[in-house]
Amino acid sequence: MAELPAPSQNPRVALLVTCLVDVMRPQIAFATIELLERAGCVVEVPEAQTCCGQPAYNSGDRAGAAAIAKQVIATFAGYDYVVAPSGSCTGMVRAHFPDLFADDPLWSAKAAELAARTYELTQFLVDVMGRRNIVTARAAVKTATALYHDSCSGLRELGIKAQPRTLLAAVPGLKTQDYSGSETCCGFGGTFCVKYPDVSDRIVEQRTADLAVAQSKVGGDMVLGGDLGCLMNLAGKLSREGSRLRVFHIAEVLTGRTEEPAIGEKS
Amino acid sequence: MHVSTDFPAAAKQALADPSLQAALARMRQGFVTARATAVARLPEFDRLRDEAKVIRDHVLAHLDAYLETFEANVHKAGGHVHWCRDADEARTTVLRILKGAGAKTFAKGKSMVGEEIELNTYLEANGIRPIETDLGEYIIQLRRETPSHIIAPATHVSKAQVADAFRAAHTMLAADRPLGTPDELLTEARAILREEFLAADAGMTGANFLIAETGTSVIVTNEGNGDLSQTVPKIHIVLAGIEKVVPTLDDVSVLLRVLARSATGQEISTYTTFSTGPKRADDMDGPEHYHVVLLDNGRSALLGGQFHDMLRCIRCGACLNHCPVYGAVGGHAYGSVYPGPMGSVLSPALAGIEAAKHLPHASSLCGACEAACPVRIPLPKMLRAWRDISFDRGLVSQRSKLGLVLWRFAARRPALYRLGASLAAKILHRPRTWLRWVPGLSDWLATRDLPPTQGATFMAQWKAQKR
Repeated sequence: MAELPAPSQNPRVALLVTCLVDVMRPQIAFATIELLERAGCVVEVPEAQTCCGQPAYNSGDRAGAAAIAKQVIATFAGYDYVVAPSGSCTGMVRAHFPDLFADDPLWSAKAAELAARTYELTQFLVDVMGRRNIVTARAAVKTATALYHDSCSGLRELGIKAQPRTLLAAVPGLKTQDYSGSETCCGFGGTFCVKYPDVSDRIVEQRTADLAVAQSKVGGDMVLGGDLGCLMNLAGKLSREGSRLRVFHIAEVLTGRTEEPAIGEKS
Repeated sequence: MHVSTDFPAAAKQALADPSLQAALARMRQGFVTARATAVARLPEFDRLRDEAKVIRDHVLAHLDAYLETFEANVHKAGGHVHWCRDADEARTTVLRILKGAGAKTFAKGKSMVGEEIELNTYLEANGIRPIETDLGEYIIQLRRETPSHIIAPATHVSKAQVADAFRAAHTMLAADRPLGTPDELLTEARAILREEFLAADAGMTGANFLIAETGTSVIVTNEGNGDLSQTVPKIHIVLAGIEKVVPTLDDVSVLLRVLARSATGQEISTYTTFSTGPKRADDMDGPEHYHVVLLDNGRSALLGGQFHDMLRCIRCGACLNHCPVYGAVGGHAYGSVYPGPMGSVLSPALAGIEAAKHLPHASSLCGACEAACPVRIPLPKMLRAWRDISFDRGLVSQRSKLGLVLWRFAARRPALYRLGASLAAKILHRPRTWLRWVPGLSDWLATRDLPPTQGATFMAQWKAQKR
């Protein structure tokens, strides 16, 4: 892995929007920009970005994934850091880009260089910018309990576990809890939910059952997480089941956007 | 090795089977909690995993040498070693040993390699009666099924179904006997199997490990059936894959510490049995003949290739227990005796990717398998490697291929991509009935709502704001 750049006071950060946030919930990107700026970063949104290439990578299309990865590497060249509000897309860049170019010394070095300065949002705020409290008074909620769902890539590819909880602990009025399914896959899995919709559905059904148990035991008003794919899946199932749990991305909660419609609620 | 080719249909069937689903719900909780508790009690568990990995890697790097040392030490102890290239050679070797001794009945301890080479069917066709003595294996033998889990073969069967199988098979017993409790079932199985052990002409066990320095085979069991299978009959046949060898007794003790905890959450299994050669002159009991049948069946072809790490596997089943897909559909859906993540890597290697093409895709790549693996096998990485091979050989469906090609075309052209994204954001802003007919969305919408978009993409909103 390449050397990390020395953290400057006001690093130039490129936002990797992610394709799901771009189409499904732009509000998460605005919240992310707000948090990064509050942490002292100068945020830019490179216009040529599309997708990180994960669908190709996980479908066995390595050539396609490598072509897209080269484009990502070029698009995000020169920034101090690249930050995404997603463990999955960050995992693609950090954990898998270098693997894509294992036989290509030139691109392998470039991929490693990008990987070393690419972070998931909560990881970046806590581990790189050293912020434990990034919220303003606006983020306060009326007493609420949030159940946290760790996304698999964030948890297992990037080791993200403490960071979101640290940041949420600073939200006035909010109590964040784990539930029995916090670390278990929600069944989304990107292309998996398209390939095996019925298996995917059974898995998410198990998670919403876990959530219901937690809700009856410790209470629960919200489900939070750091990956929109997982959250859309959970929210889609919860709403079909008529649950009153409201689903948000952690960036939305940290910036006081819980008065807005939750994921899956009509605007 | 036989692999059925239709995971998608088998998975659908499994999801609709209420009895199986109830069994899976019990299994999911039981194994995962037991392992977590055992791991929490052993602070050095992760360090032991590293040690276990190093031991297995070392063996694989010197497999030929350790196998030859093992063979020499088995000979020294008075036993025989049979090298078998494939399933057919292993089956005929076992049959030859049995026929040579005039054996008619054959008590079998649990052996996944026995399942891999479909030994029972072959022996039955050749006039030998194999009797499974592991309770789970016995149950599925009566039901004429394959195992659905590598360490808990009958995990898919309910108590009532076991009682039905016993009533159908044990016709010499009173038809109205009570068989409602695990105790009653166990007592009956024990009484029946005890007679089988005493009557068996030969016995077989698998091997969890083969120790090179002593020529010893090791089995871990919880029922004691393995011990009876190998010590009561006159002949003991050990059936094992070539990758099972480890250098020393010390190495085995490291592996045993991670094996039991990963498998059942036990600190050590109830019985851990070491067998070296046949009975010696002054031994009170033990088999008169000791044979080790070593099976390759595609394993050596994996050495040094991209699936090399799979050979580290010690068959604990933790990856099955932690896999959300296995937990949803159970083992039979995979159509292979090796199910779950380890099976989805191993089955294409042993049976060919054409036959097993669906299996590498039967995973959300959540990584829970790798996180639980006692020898740190990078299972998601190897599942992806099979997907690469599958894609290169054109084994993916036309629909996914078309979707991928269109998406890839757009992803490489930012302006076109922006246009597509804006269109999607607009369409998905409100519920539209016709979306229920769009491939890829229809299945999602059948069981889940699709959260509405916010109307315009982020990129469009950002651009407008900056202006």
